[in-house]
Amino acid sequence: MKARFLIPLGGFVLLVILLGIGLTMDPRDVPSVLIDKPAPGFTLPDLHNLEQTVSSDAMQGQVWLLNVWGTWCPECWREHSFLMYLKQREGVPIVGLDWRDDAADARQMLAQEGDPFLFVGFDPDSKAVMDWGVYGAPETFLIDKKGIIRWKHKGGLNPEVWSNELKPLMQQLENEA
Amino acid sequence: MIPELGQFALVLALVLALVQATLPVIGAHKGIAPWIALARPVAQAQLLFVVVAYLCLTYAFLDNDFSVRYVASNSNTELPVLYQISGVWGAHEGSLLFWALTLSIWTGAVTLFSRSVPAAMLARVVGVMGMVSVGFLLFMLFTSNPFERLPNPPLDGRDLNPLLQDPGLAIHPPLLYMGYVGFSVAFAFAIAAMLGGRLDAAWARWSRPWTSIAWVFLTLGIVVGSWWAYYELGWGGWWFWDPVENASFLPWLVGTALMHSLAATEKRGAFKAWTVLLAIFAFSLSLLGTFLVRSGVLTSVHAFATDPERGVFILIFLALTVGGSLLLYSWRAAQIRSTVSFDLVSRETGLLLNNVLLVVATGAVLLGTLYPLITETLNLGKISVGPPYFNAVFVPLMIPLVLAMGVGAMARWKQDSAANLVRKLRTPLGIALVLGLLTPLLMPYYHLGAALTLFLGFWVTLTTLWWFHDRAGHGSLSSAIRTTPRGGWGMVTGHLGIAVFVIGAGLTSIYSSEKDVRLDPGQSYELGGHEFKFLGVVSAEGPNYSAERGTVEAYKGGDLVATLHPEKRVYRVQTMPMTEAGIDAGLFRDLFVALGEPLGQSGAWSLRLYHKPFVRWIWFGGLFMALGGLIAATDRRYFQAARRTVKAGPEAVAGAA
Amino acid sequence: MSRLLTAVFLLLICVAAEGGKVEAYAFDSAADEARYKQLVAELRCLVCQNQNLQDSNAELAQDMRRQTYEMVSAGKSNEQIVTYMVDRYGDFVLYRPPLKSSTFLLWVGPFILLLIGLGALLWVVLRIKRTPEPELTTEQHERARQLLEQDEDKNP
Repeated sequence: MKARFLIPLGGFVLLVILLGIGLTMDPRDVPSVLIDKPAPGFTLPDLHNLEQTVSSDAMQGQVWLLNVWGTWCPECWREHSFLMYLKQREGVPIVGLDWRDDAADARQMLAQEGDPFLFVGFDPDSKAVMDWGVYGAPETFLIDKKGIIRWKHKGGLNPEVWSNELKPLMQQLENEA
Repeated sequence: MIPELGQFALVLALVLALVQATLPVIGAHKGIAPWIALARPVAQAQLLFVVVAYLCLTYAFLDNDFSVRYVASNSNTELPVLYQISGVWGAHEGSLLFWALTLSIWTGAVTLFSRSVPAAMLARVVGVMGMVSVGFLLFMLFTSNPFERLPNPPLDGRDLNPLLQDPGLAIHPPLLYMGYVGFSVAFAFAIAAMLGGRLDAAWARWSRPWTSIAWVFLTLGIVVGSWWAYYELGWGGWWFWDPVENASFLPWLVGTALMHSLAATEKRGAFKAWTVLLAIFAFSLSLLGTFLVRSGVLTSVHAFATDPERGVFILIFLALTVGGSLLLYSWRAAQIRSTVSFDLVSRETGLLLNNVLLVVATGAVLLGTLYPLITETLNLGKISVGPPYFNAVFVPLMIPLVLAMGVGAMARWKQDSAANLVRKLRTPLGIALVLGLLTPLLMPYYHLGAALTLFLGFWVTLTTLWWFHDRAGHGSLSSAIRTTPRGGWGMVTGHLGIAVFVIGAGLTSIYSSEKDVRLDPGQSYELGGHEFKFLGVVSAEGPNYSAERGTVEAYKGGDLVATLHPEKRVYRVQTMPMTEAGIDAGLFRDLFVALGEPLGQSGAWSLRLYHKPFVRWIWFGGLFMALGGLIAATDRRYFQAARRTVKAGPEAVAGAA
Repeated sequence: MSRLLTAVFLLLICVAAEGGKVEAYAFDSAADEARYKQLVAELRCLVCQNQNLQDSNAELAQDMRRQTYEMVSAGKSNEQIVTYMVDRYGDFVLYRPPLKSSTFLLWVGPFILLLIGLGALLWVVLRIKRTPEPELTTEQHERARQLLEQDEDKNP
């Protein structure tokens, strides 16, 4: 058997391995390039009073969460009660970013379902959303005391993610200088 | 009841496929005549049951039987009958059934039209196709059963995806599947030849017409798909290098190489091992395409509802089929001894060059398509590979191919001299150069790319026509034309198709213009020498959609040349908005208008206007190529050759085994 | 990465067939307009399956188009605009992958393939030329006769 006739078979085996690994991955998931980089920050109209602005600068020196949401996003409704739990029971500081939404609808949702946010920036034309590299909702960022993005989660927060990933990481960050 | 009947027919087809995949092959190996003789009837019976299953699913669509999950997901009582029929292959499960149907049709056709092939060879061919059949029927029955019932049938179905409610897209998939699956015939012949240990010119002759026909279907499928994308997606493009498009283009490129390589193998007994490999590749890439489209490993605009479980199944199937055949290849190909010799300057070298360029182009497209997967797997980050990459890599590979095309057809088999070729080609070369340099002067502005495009177009056209002159030698041209066999006519037609395509693709990309504008009713905009006058938008109702219908008049030099009606439709059931472009098609230019959004209360709209010179030539070129393949496939020679084989007996064609 | 993720992570829906939303932007110069067109054709919409910004009707794509337009109008260079997008979304937004170590094989691969192909072609042709025609057996003579006959069918 001449070795060169084995080349196609060898190439094919590599291809099958590649495709097999490919099956375990999600091609639509785009990993964030901002992890361990300084958070971009934002200054946006306040959802509760569009005449005024709110800014992420207010969170300096704290470990906090930024949650991107919108009333058009069904998963955000599902996630909402858990955000309420995080605020009420765990005392987690959460800042909201209301993306491409109707301000009145958003205010009504918070009035009905409770408001888990310290304050909410209103981002109707994706200005801040683009800065944060967001492309879907809900999405949650964890920012440390120095203003560095340490963690990001796509999709709704839930008890599992909280106890396995977020809570231990937050405790560790709280202990950092 | 009918769906259960269809399901039962599928199970019976699977049992028959299992018989078809085993007994004839073993029979051929051990010389058991009755088992060999089983191939024909079993394959035909399998065809019968797959047809029954297919008709049952069609019946379920026409009967609005929403207790069948597949029908409930893809049909609706309001859906026009044409689309109820085409809806059968509109989504994953049904299109797999269609795949299985095409495979049995091809197998049935082989049993009917290859009567001259020795019984043992035919048994192996049918057996190999049976193995492929088993895989697909298992896939369907275990992961994607189209006859699955719903416990609580809905009152009405969710409707067929509006994208598919279009005549172009109704016929696009069947053509494509006929092409994909058609390559299984060449594949089966190659495997059968290797199993039998007879890799000679005979298998090449037998599989040549089948390969050509499959290639014709694939070409037509790609042309219709490209045309559909152009008028239906509303983006004015005709090729997007999307993974799913590439999935159909890869087997096409290798299939094209295979057709040319088969010519050398049949005529001269050359490149036997290489040709077998190409036959394996062509079908493997069809299967790979199926995997890429349905497993969800790559993102595509045209993706089916994907499912990793299905992906695992196809991957295992792909590994077994292709891995097995490549293993067989590595064993058998090493035993082939080539006894032919040819010179550096000869048609054989030309065909090899054609093959090298086509296979390298295939490799490049495959690399680009899979590269995002590679970087992600190796944790090198997430990247996108899009049209800028493919154009940058593919076009430079095609230019030498087109140049070589003119030379290759003119070179003699076995041995030619460079001086002789130069002497023959200098006249067409001169004319093509002059015409290529001068014709862009007729265009709106001079562009070097256009000069290159036109030179290549003229070069291929002239050398192809010159071929008759060359054939005539010292005799008369008219008798040379009269005596040209169909194979020759096929080559001429196909190559002219390339010329037409090159001109279309080149000039469209250079001279197209587009503009997004805001127009009030009565206002107009000038683009590409035409004045587009917007008359406003009215509401209109379709059978299962509501639309907003615009009217745009196009004037040239003050004369009305076309009235265009772009639409925006909302299909009622899926509430999916669709853009229907308004197109005025012409041989030398298309005018294309897509409706944007209403702006303000004045009746103003945003509109996208296109002026696309020579865009039709792209599809005409494709149609010419397909016609060429069809003419070549019907060459009398295959039937004569077949008779001769019968007379001479199988032993006479058994070459170096 | 779990596949479930895609199921619950809602993207601002985009529908392939709707075509790009048509925005009638006004440009200062034809050069700016050409730049804008090239940029939106080569930047990828993140939300959609596989579309550039120009062809996408997703809302995020509209906003990214507007961002591109604003940066073009503000006189930002193509590199600045591309860097702006890459800083936020990574190389994934580029349909023209940048040449770096991880994409080296992508850009060079086709030319390596071409060299291998041409090399193999030369090797085959020269080797075949050197091999003397072996003595033919009677059976092979018969085949040769047949092949010649077929040749004559095509090239009398």
